[in-house]
Amino acid sequence: MTSKAQKVVELEHVVVRFAGDSGDGMQLTGSLFSDAAAIAGNDFATFPDYPAEIRAPQGTVAGVSGFQIHFGHKEIHTSGDMADVLVAMNPAPLKKNLMWVKPGGTIIVDNDTFIDKQLEKAGYSNNPLEDESLRDYNVIQAPVSTLTKTSVEDLGLDNKMVLKSRNMFALGIMFFIFNRKLSSADEFFEQKFRANPLVVESNKRILRAGYNYAESIEALSSITYKVEPAKLQKGIYRNITGNIATAWGFLAAAEKSGRQLFLGSYPITPASEILQELSKHKSLGVKVLQAEDEIAGIVSTIGASFAGSFAITTTSGPGLSLKSEAIGLAVMTELPIVIVDVQRAGPSTGMPTKSEQSDLMQALYGRNGEAPCIVIAASSSANCFYYAFEASKLAMEHMTPVILLTDGYLANGSEVFKIPKMSDLVEIKPPLAEANDPEYFPYKRDPERLNRKWAVPGTEGLRHRIGGLEKEDIYGHVSHDPENHQIMSEYRYEKVQRVAKYVEPQKVYGPEEGELLVVSWGGTYGVMMEAVQELHKQGKSVSLAHFHYINPLPRNTEEIFSKFKRIIVPELNMGQFVLHLRMHFQKFNFEQYNKVQGLPFMVKELVDKFNQMLEGK
Amino acid sequence: MEKIKTEQLKPTLTKEDFISDQMVKWCPGCGDHAILSAFQKVLPQVGVKKEDVVVVSGIGCSSRFPYYVKSYGFHGIHGRAAALASGIKISNPELMVWMITGDGDSLAIGGNHFIHLLRRNLDINVMLFNNKIYGLTKGQFSPTTPTGHRTKSSPQGTIEHPFNVGELAIGAQGTFFARAVDTNPKMMAEIMLEASRHSGTSLIEIMQNCVIFNDKIHAEFTSRETRDDSQIYLEHGKPMLFGKENDKGIVLRGTRLEVVKLGQDGITIDDILVHDKYQWESGIHVLLATMEPPEYPIAVGVIRSISDFTFDGKMEAIIKEEKEKGKIKCVDDLLNSGKTWEI
Ligand SMILES: Cc1ncc(C[n+]2csc(CCOP(=O)(O)OP(=O)(O)O)c2C)c(N)n1
Ligand code: SF4
Ligand SMILES: [Mg+2]
Repeated sequence: MTSKAQKVVELEHVVVRFAGDSGDGMQLTGSLFSDAAAIAGNDFATFPDYPAEIRAPQGTVAGVSGFQIHFGHKEIHTSGDMADVLVAMNPAPLKKNLMWVKPGGTIIVDNDTFIDKQLEKAGYSNNPLEDESLRDYNVIQAPVSTLTKTSVEDLGLDNKMVLKSRNMFALGIMFFIFNRKLSSADEFFEQKFRANPLVVESNKRILRAGYNYAESIEALSSITYKVEPAKLQKGIYRNITGNIATAWGFLAAAEKSGRQLFLGSYPITPASEILQELSKHKSLGVKVLQAEDEIAGIVSTIGASFAGSFAITTTSGPGLSLKSEAIGLAVMTELPIVIVDVQRAGPSTGMPTKSEQSDLMQALYGRNGEAPCIVIAASSSANCFYYAFEASKLAMEHMTPVILLTDGYLANGSEVFKIPKMSDLVEIKPPLAEANDPEYFPYKRDPERLNRKWAVPGTEGLRHRIGGLEKEDIYGHVSHDPENHQIMSEYRYEKVQRVAKYVEPQKVYGPEEGELLVVSWGGTYGVMMEAVQELHKQGKSVSLAHFHYINPLPRNTEEIFSKFKRIIVPELNMGQFVLHLRMHFQKFNFEQYNKVQGLPFMVKELVDKFNQMLEGK
Repeated sequence: MEKIKTEQLKPTLTKEDFISDQMVKWCPGCGDHAILSAFQKVLPQVGVKKEDVVVVSGIGCSSRFPYYVKSYGFHGIHGRAAALASGIKISNPELMVWMITGDGDSLAIGGNHFIHLLRRNLDINVMLFNNKIYGLTKGQFSPTTPTGHRTKSSPQGTIEHPFNVGELAIGAQGTFFARAVDTNPKMMAEIMLEASRHSGTSLIEIMQNCVIFNDKIHAEFTSRETRDDSQIYLEHGKPMLFGKENDKGIVLRGTRLEVVKLGQDGITIDDILVHDKYQWESGIHVLLATMEPPEYPIAVGVIRSISDFTFDGKMEAIIKEEKEKGKIKCVDDLLNSGKTWEI
């Protein structure tokens, strides 16, 4: 299709948000828009904003579903702060999302829906399209519903059904504005509605109607935008959410280690997709037990690990609480398991669909007795794959439970993932005991890593008994000997500490010394990175140390800290990592910046904060 | 894995092969000793290699059991034996898993896992030592302690309704329920062997005496003087007769069971119920499981044994099928499945 647009403006990056009622198909619209961004070679990250209720009343603010995509020619690390363009299918999504649109940004609405009944449901006393409330924005009022209907009038389809495709009209408008090809959406229709050619035809037509509409009206056609391909490495790419990446990381680890994967898990938002995803892949030999509760989830996992599977359990904060006692059992029996905590806003049931970083202390210390675990955290949706893999490797090679922290933001968000080859991933070599090994004893340790051996039931000549009672060093008999308890406690502690020798040292982004070091961990990586890059653009000297290894901390941590005048630790909690750091490095003065709103940091607020600090405040 | 049943090659396993080097630390006179001994005698007969036996437990006096059996063993945490055993069995269905638990372990803290294990019908053998007391914590009442019984934590007598293990288990879809008494090693061994052969969760409730904190709680039906008249050993296909003279029997009158005497009121052997442990409908089995002195004798033996699919069996079948017909054969396939693009 040729465009008569006069002006094509090139943009580095753009944030688009689609918002509608939960029945308006916003997730699909967003994912088709993402596909087009992929084909155009952009880097991107997305985030869905589901309503907290499953079926909140239609037309109300509570029922609004959204999808945000941040795409660019530059590297993209987050799904974006504020939207450049908001597509609002009804009044309620406009009401809910207006605060997330940049001043001067574009808002596209279906003005056919701005009628009294709908306005009232959304809680508007005046029609915002008629008063002055939107004067700071570039508002495009498109008769989306009407034009959707007329575009397929002659197909004789049911009106209600036709209106369900209003989202494709909106998508058509967006495709025009951003100079996208229609082919990826067409392919989707052909696939999805294979059995019903009429529906394929109607969707294609509605998409084009939107595209042509945009082209025909001055306000939209005078300027269109182009976002050039990003400078991504050569390779094969896909879009992936954090939860799927996590699930796949475990599958990769199981294949690499030659162990069968076992998952014991109880559904909980926002972790359930990992359970669902792994349940799909029985062709890879995965065994999944949807347990009766989180305790059974982890205890079955420990059983499976004893029996020789690579076993994991997945949950969110409340579930991690229930697993505490059993994590201690895994510590004591020194069996490899991974516990995934997809953090959400707490405490108690808290805000299940919102994200936070507030389970760190629980992961580190939430157990009775001296029960050290390895704790690591993923930092982007795509690298959940690598940290799930890493957690697995550490668990199996060091024979210890590992807690992997992700969060709702990483879990549901998606980004571009360069597909690795299995042959490029490192080996995982679990220390399996050999049949009839006369030297085998349950608690005999490797002198370097201090791990014991994995002696799997069914193996000849290795019958032994383990359990939660303290065990005698080497031989593993029940022991209440005071000295022995000291020795075993120290072994368990030291075994975890030694992991630092086997993992990457901490990296610093930016100058290696200077005024200000930003120290962060987990899911805030993207926003920290964008903030620091923004400050670099402004010519400021600031560096970022973003941590993935929480326990043990990387061995060069102290050295890094010692090179900066000020250290700021921004976290989405009341200050948990900072406490951990204060405990380990008492000579530094760590400053805090905390937020607990169930919302991610904004690049802008961080840039402001860091700038203030650089100005000596 | 090579799966030759070793005992075909060397049928020489003995009780000694299953005795660990650990000193048994139960109180002298505790019923647990007799159960352990019966179990160690049965293991050479169950038809699996000694490396394929796994003994799992929770916490309690009873749950110390795995330490004394020379096998792969796992002493878990309180109440969670069923979950532990499930993970082991699902992970490797070739293993023969025995779960040892107590009335507190499985009916109080572990009640949830216990009912779900039965419902899933995993092929696990469960021995629940019912001493109607918390032994390890020194004498508090348990979910099976009779109403009104005085214990350390019920000085005025309990004010709770006790569970009947069989009724609970059958209600939870249990496919195999048997009851044994710790005073009859031969009966215990027979039942253990039968349990090992049942496909699905086999639950054996063993009426066990805690000499220290609940002595003689089962005396009415275990003591030499009274047991014949207060215990009935149910055998499949045989009429339900008991008593010193074997002249008492069980009949069904209306919707209740009743105890009758042969020859009295014209009762003949033909009136006596014949035990059918394979009967699908659970009604009679529940009535039998809930019989209690003084009105009834307590039922021992295999009360219910029905055949139904097991979780582990289905899981293996699904995996086999998916491996055959699934398109994704390895993780590289998975990573490249669905929508991808090249740059
Ligand atoms: C989480 C937890 N709560 C409480 C206990 C204390 N505890 C240990 S054993 C037990 C009761 C055991 O009773 P039962 O299962 O009947 O076993 P028995 O000792 O009678 O064989 C209790 C309450 C524990 N070990 N762990
Ligand atoms: S306290 Fe009771 S149950 Fe425990 S070992 Fe002693 S007699 Fe047996
Ligand atoms: Mg007990």
